[in-house]
Order: sequence, then C-alpha cells, then structure tokens
Amino acid sequence: MNVFMTQTLNGLGLGSIYALIALGYSMVYGIVKLINFAHGDIIMVGGYVVLLMMVTMGLPLWMAVIGSVLFCALAGVLIERIAYRRLLNHGAPRISLLITAIGVSIFLQNLFQLIFGSDAKSVPQMFAFPPIAIGSLQIASSTIINIVVSVLMMIGLHLLVNKSRMGKAMRATSEDAGAAMLMGINTNHTVAFTFAVGSALAAVGAVLYCNTYPQLKPVMGNLLGLKAFVAAVLGGIGSIPGAMLGGYILGVAESWTKSYISSNLTDAVVFGILIVVLLLKPTGLLGKNVKEKV
Amino acid sequence: MLKVKNLNVSYGAIHAIHDVSLEVNEGEIVSLIGANGAGKTTTLSTITGLKKAASGEVTLDGQNLLAMPAPKIVGLGLAHVPEGRRIFAEMTVAENLEMGAYTRRERAEVQQSIEDVYGRFPRLKERYRQVAGTLSGGEQQMLAIGRALMSRPKILLMDEPSMGLSPLLVKEIFAIIGEVNASGVTVLLVEQNAKMALSIANRAYVLETGRVVMEGDAKELMGNSEIKKAYLGA
Repeated sequence: MNVFMTQTLNGLGLGSIYALIALGYSMVYGIVKLINFAHGDIIMVGGYVVLLMMVTMGLPLWMAVIGSVLFCALAGVLIERIAYRRLLNHGAPRISLLITAIGVSIFLQNLFQLIFGSDAKSVPQMFAFPPIAIGSLQIASSTIINIVVSVLMMIGLHLLVNKSRMGKAMRATSEDAGAAMLMGINTNHTVAFTFAVGSALAAVGAVLYCNTYPQLKPVMGNLLGLKAFVAAVLGGIGSIPGAMLGGYILGVAESWTKSYISSNLTDAVVFGILIVVLLLKPTGLLGKNVKEKV
Repeated sequence: MLKVKNLNVSYGAIHAIHDVSLEVNEGEIVSLIGANGAGKTTTLSTITGLKKAASGEVTLDGQNLLAMPAPKIVGLGLAHVPEGRRIFAEMTVAENLEMGAYTRRERAEVQQSIEDVYGRFPRLKERYRQVAGTLSGGEQQMLAIGRALMSRPKILLMDEPSMGLSPLLVKEIFAIIGEVNASGVTVLLVEQNAKMALSIANRAYVLETGRVVMEGDAKELMGNSEIKKAYLGA
C-alpha cells in the first residue's frame, strides 16, 4: 500500500510537469489549430536560461526563475511572429505550419547545441527541502512542489481565460477569428499573447523538471515535448482542463509502469495509452466533438 | 455616410464583384438584394475588412476603410452582423455582449448598454448565463444583433438576418431592425428574402453575378415587373 501511494504521488508529481507543458500545446492548438512542435524545445530553453542565470551569472534562484519565465514568453512571441504569423494570416495549409514548427524545433536544438555543447549539463540543487513524512509515507519535496505549483498555475490560467478581458478575447478568437475581428479584437495580439502564456507555463514546467531531474540536454525537449503532446491529445486537445487531466494520467501511468511492470516499458505504455484513447474516443477524454464547417 | 465606389473583389482567379457602387445615407435603411452567389456577402465582408478588395473605394464619413484592418473599423462606428450569426457558441450570452463592446473601455457605460440590450431583448436577459450555443435560432439572431449594437454603431451592416428562421420570427427580426433604425442607427441590409427587405427599406440595390443591375426607391422596385418576376415570385 505504501509503495502504491508513493508511486502514485510520484506519478502526480511527474504528471504535473507534463500538464504544464501540455497546456501550451492545447492553448496554441485551440486558437490557431497548430501543433506547435517547437513547444517541447521551449522547456529546454527555459532550463538553460535558469542554469545560465544561476550558475554563470550567479543570480539568486527566484530571479533565475522569473528571468526564465519572461525569456520563454518572449521566445514564444518571437517564434510566432517570425515563423508562423505570415503563414497563419495568409491561410497557408496546415501541413506548412506543421513543417515550419518542426523546423523551429530543429533550429532551437541545434542553436543550443552550438552554444552549450551537446553533452548533458547538471543543474545545481534548486529547492532544498527535506522529504515530508505522512505516517510511514515518505514524499519527496519535489513531488509536493510540482503538484502545488501546477495546481496554482491551473487556477491562475482558469481565472485568466474566464475572467480577464484578454482571456475572453482568446476564447472568442479560438472559436471564430473572423467574428472576433468584427468585435474589434486584434487577433494578432491575442495569438501572440497565447504563445506568451503557453511558453511561460512551459518555463515553469522546465524549472520543476530541473528541480526533479537535475540534468539538461539540448535534445531533452523531444521526448518531454512528445509526452506532453500525448497528454494534451489524451485530455482532448484545445481543452485546458483536459491538458491537466491528461498530464496527471500520463504521469501516474508512467510511475506505475516503472514500479510494477518494467521501467523499460514506460514509453511503450505512454504511447499505448494514446493509441487506445484515439481508437475509443478520438477527441480525447474532455474534448468536444468538432463539427467541420462545409 | 457609407460610400462604396467601383469596388472589385476577387477570389483567386474568380472575379466576384465588378465595379459595385452604392451609397447609404444617414438614417436610411438600404437593402442589397440578389440571388445566392450574387456577391452580397462578399460586398459586406469587404466593407468591414474581412475580405481584401482588388480595387475601388470604401469610405465611412470620408475615412478610407479599405486601408484599415477589420478590428479598427468597428471603432469608427460600423458594426457587422455576419451571415450565419457567428455568435461565440461556447461563451455565455453576457460574455457575447461583452465581446461586442470590446472597443469600449468605460465599464459602467458598457454595463448600461448591456441592460439596454436586455431591455430590447428580454429573452436574452432570461438566458444571460446560458452558453450561447444552446439558444434557439431566433434567440441567436437577437444575440448577434444585440452584440453588434454593443459597439454603439452609427451604421449597422446585417447579412441575411432572416436566414433559417420561421416566418413568425422573420417578422419579429424585421420589426427589431425597424426599431433599431428608428433609434438612430443607419442600416445596410443584405437579404435573399427580397419581399421583406424591400418592404422595410428606403432604397435598394439589386445585385446579379457581382454587378449592380438596378437601384432605386424600395417601393418603386417592389412594383417593378422584372423584380416581381425574378425576386418576389409573383
């Protein structure tokens, strides 16, 4: 029972990171119908920025975290502006957008390989708390931090999207960009803002990831991004609660597989879940049925 | 107030609008009638900036609209109720109205405008927390009109407000258009329902395959034998 509880909590901790990254995929998809494959690499960028600010520049942790979040938000906006906007505004086919996203991903990975080298860099300890004991249960501090931070981010995002003027404009744009323009909403700004928020959440995910698994590599965004993407699809891409749910499910499934089956099979299980969900409910767990306009 | 001069619009190689010129004067209701595919919706979308023109002029009170991005045009006092209503189906009735006032900053006045819309459409008030996609077709049309009024337009462009509605509701919607106009809003109305459109309008233009083929006083057009044969089914 103890092992089960520990593994479940570990899974939720890992799932929190997936969830934060999945939110970015889902929000961007919701508004411009683009699978932003460069999103995974934003995590890597966020990690390196933290490392650079903490170790090379010797800044305190909180400054490094805020710096990384701001840097990633800006990177997201720049990527949208430089790589995607022209395609989006000229109604380019989706496949062109997708290939561009893959191009941006390859570019970022190679750029960081060039700057930092291709071998793994270790990240110094970030948040040092002793594990917490509940009864005979030992919970790693990183697990608790991951869960608490992801839930707080989720609440913040919920308020942003549902209560703020910009958030409502985002929802309107994602439903019908043309109608949103008729309301006077500058959809270019709304899309840029979505990229900024999604990338900022990925940076938070990056900080949590570095705190949990203190290692950085320029290609780390590949698998991490892919799994977060699976989480977004699992929960129903375009749905914010879906992305969170998908992240948690994936994390727990991975953790259970590691402890009860074999750690070699975790990735197989993750992608197996994706296949099963796509077969049974193609729109994801919380996804809506999309009616194609004729 | 609104002037369109020699407007040409193309979809790729297809030349959809040929030298269309029309004018809407302050306080008028002007109808643009024509069959399916005549270019009515394209004309409206070009005026509001959703579609780019190939050549021509569109001005509102002397300001050139063609050089302006769509979101800017609303701020000049021109609102557009698009074809098929295009309300935000997943947002609530109240949120849809808020979006209509997106260009306005003064919160208290916006709230007053929302109350005004509820006054005009009591059914929307009853359903203000409901997600707009659950409204009936007539209610959705009322919401689309209410949403457009939230920007406090000088001129309202309406595209097929009668589409998909029962005859009784069509009457109701046209009565509302009359009221909106009486409250001081100029209206440019696009309709396939030529009979209703001509009966409410001061003047009208007839579009055929992207060209204005007839224009004049709405009552006179109603008596015109060609119009009767082609559009009024009598």
